[in-house]
Amino acid sequence: MKDRQPTSAAVPIMDAAAIQRALRRVAHEIVERNPDLCSVVLAGIPLRGVEIARRIAEFIRGSEKIEIETGIVDVAMHRDDVGARAELPIVHESKLPLPLEGRTLIIVDDVLYTGRTVRAAMDAISSFGRPARIQLAALIDRGHRELPIRADYVGKNLPSAATEKVRVRLEQTDGEPDAVWLFKE
Amino acid sequence: MKARWTRKDLLGLRELSVDEINFILETADAFKQVGTREIKKVPALRGKTLVNFFVEPSTRTRTSFELAASRLSADVINISAGTSSLTKGETLKDTAKVLEANHADIIVLRHSSAGAPQFLAQRLKSSIINAGDGAHEHPTQGLLDLYTIREKREKIDDLNVVIVGDILFSRVARSNIFGLTKLGARVTLVGPSTLVPREFEKLGVEISHKIDNVLPDADVVNLLRIQHERQRKEYFPGIGEYTALFGLTKERAKLLKPDCLIMHPGPINRGVEIDSEVADGLQSVVLDQVTNGLAVRMAILYLCGGIAT
Repeated sequence: MKDRQPTSAAVPIMDAAAIQRALRRVAHEIVERNPDLCSVVLAGIPLRGVEIARRIAEFIRGSEKIEIETGIVDVAMHRDDVGARAELPIVHESKLPLPLEGRTLIIVDDVLYTGRTVRAAMDAISSFGRPARIQLAALIDRGHRELPIRADYVGKNLPSAATEKVRVRLEQTDGEPDAVWLFKE
Repeated sequence: MKARWTRKDLLGLRELSVDEINFILETADAFKQVGTREIKKVPALRGKTLVNFFVEPSTRTRTSFELAASRLSADVINISAGTSSLTKGETLKDTAKVLEANHADIIVLRHSSAGAPQFLAQRLKSSIINAGDGAHEHPTQGLLDLYTIREKREKIDDLNVVIVGDILFSRVARSNIFGLTKLGARVTLVGPSTLVPREFEKLGVEISHKIDNVLPDADVVNLLRIQHERQRKEYFPGIGEYTALFGLTKERAKLLKPDCLIMHPGPINRGVEIDSEVADGLQSVVLDQVTNGLAVRMAILYLCGGIAT
């Protein structure tokens, strides 16, 4: 993937500063919506969701002086298309603070698209326990949902065609400057 | 970033690359975590059918595969030699073809003939997992041993691993030798010269017939079961003599470094290859091997059974 540099068909959507601003706003919205901040867990979906969750937690620590717990929820073994895709998703270890009972768990991912990954994440979470509520945060919502799922917090709404591709790059996970690109096919 | 998995079958560790072995071990980390969840079942192989086809008796390996498959939501059917049509004279290939016609996605095969899994893998679309073929390989046992060493010592490279016992007839030994040498461990085989022939040096290992000389430097001691049912007199002096010369007795265990791991693939012959107190002692990781076996087998079934065919 790394070798695929943005080409002339790539449209820049967000730069590092825009991503920064969007995540700071998402962090504020999370604070607003959840008076009981101590019960919040930010659960990132590997790889970039984990990094985004870490950044949101940092913003909340900065503004509210509260340490938000983070976790990792891997969806590979909960997907419904194993055996149907040419490439098998790599499984990562999930790590969630237990018990989940009584907590507000916020699933964090980079791009919200069909909603199937989020469904798999909710399935994975329920095998750890029963959180009081589950919310969803995504850096990009590009539409085209195939399941009745919507995000509670969105960094940027990006209307896109199904033939287009959205690519998120983050310093920590990709070794490239923070950016969001839209690829026209 | 890493080697992607492309194999439908797991036949042995000999043909796997270092990257592939590491990829399996990392995948097993994720599946080991599943065992700590409140609900220890994931839908990864929902709708797939796994057949445990054991032409040779086995309890622990078959149970481990069955549990692994159940935790991945696959349907499991068990067939053993006594209940299969092999006793009516059907060939292995015909029996397997029937299984495939019944839409078996994964066949876990244990067979007394070396190469039987490969024979099926070349002829069937189903994934074939070798659960032990003759004296050839037992790859999931080799992998779970690697996993346990890596977990406890946080590396494999540069460790001194001593494998004691009936090497000649042991598929566990062969899978361990291939895996350990690929990952950079130094392997020493110990046992009577009849059961540890010089030939094995070709595999890049050292050979010793004096256990007391190698124990002080060992980071891992893996004791193989003395297989009474397979031993013939010309290879094997006698149980008492074997224990005297090669058994890990309480006294011998004092030669070991305090952090040396003691491993055994089971079932243990207490008082033969290992004293009871040593098998249950602090250095023993025998039960960790069992737990890790489940995670490693889940990883293998996920990888081989999950690829698009």
